[in-house]
Amino acid sequence: MMTPGLEHILFISFALFFIGIYGFFTRRNLITMLMSIELILNSVNLNFIAFNKYVWPDKMDGLFFTLFVIAIAAAEAAVAIAIIINLYRTHRSIDVENTEDMKF
Amino acid sequence: MTGNDIIFYLLGILTLGCGLLSVTSRHIFRAAVFLLFSLIGIAGIYFWLQYEFIAAVQIVVYAGGITVLIIFSIFLTQQAGEKLPIQKLNRKIFSALAVFCAFALALVQAYQHGFITNNKPAASPSVQDIGNQMLNVNETGYALPFEAVSILLLAALVGCIVIAIREKNNTNNISENQNVETSQK
Repeated sequence: MMTPGLEHILFISFALFFIGIYGFFTRRNLITMLMSIELILNSVNLNFIAFNKYVWPDKMDGLFFTLFVIAIAAAEAAVAIAIIINLYRTHRSIDVENTEDMKF
Repeated sequence: MTGNDIIFYLLGILTLGCGLLSVTSRHIFRAAVFLLFSLIGIAGIYFWLQYEFIAAVQIVVYAGGITVLIIFSIFLTQQAGEKLPIQKLNRKIFSALAVFCAFALALVQAYQHGFITNNKPAASPSVQDIGNQMLNVNETGYALPFEAVSILLLAALVGCIVIAIREKNNTNNISENQNVETSQK
């Protein structure tokens, strides 16, 4: 245990990213897959903030990227949930295994 | 080891533990609540890094907005008390293996790179600085992405309404319209 620095925050961010990837691989429910994507986006935000804080502390570019990523993630979550609810209305299920209409 | 460090480690454990539970829990509602706590842990790390504005945005947009949206959609699409089906063991083992290898590889790469950390007195950005740079039109300003994101949000809003709107008696309307057209002819 030592004083936390860039490496520690990178560890948290990488671990969160791969936890999100694991959830995306193993889950078969669309809402839980969306939750995994939120975890991945958050780990990326944490990365931006950590590099901004420790490598370029006199600039604010990482901070702006984080703000834009948060805004786009909100839009993405809203559109994804609209699609999921519409899919539930037509198929009565939001499991990815049951939505095969567009399968070639 | 000071109190500052202990707070950081506690926040890290909260974030990673709740994130792990959120992707492994078989109750979907519990998974959403664990996701909420993971996002709050990340907001705590932003507070710990003294980026208060980002932490506030994280709490308002993620913890307050997206999690509530996800919980609403769970209520709309899931039966109460129903567990998610157990996944195949093979799939779990191989995903865990792949993810662990990728994690180790990425971490080794990042630690070997040796980023040059800068120990300048970090000016904790105030809301005024952020606002000035965000709406600035010179080369360091972010006015153009700001406007692009605003148009994107408007498009997403309209798109969501169009996708999720319930089409009532769509076929009836079409046939009525056709009847009207034919009668007019």
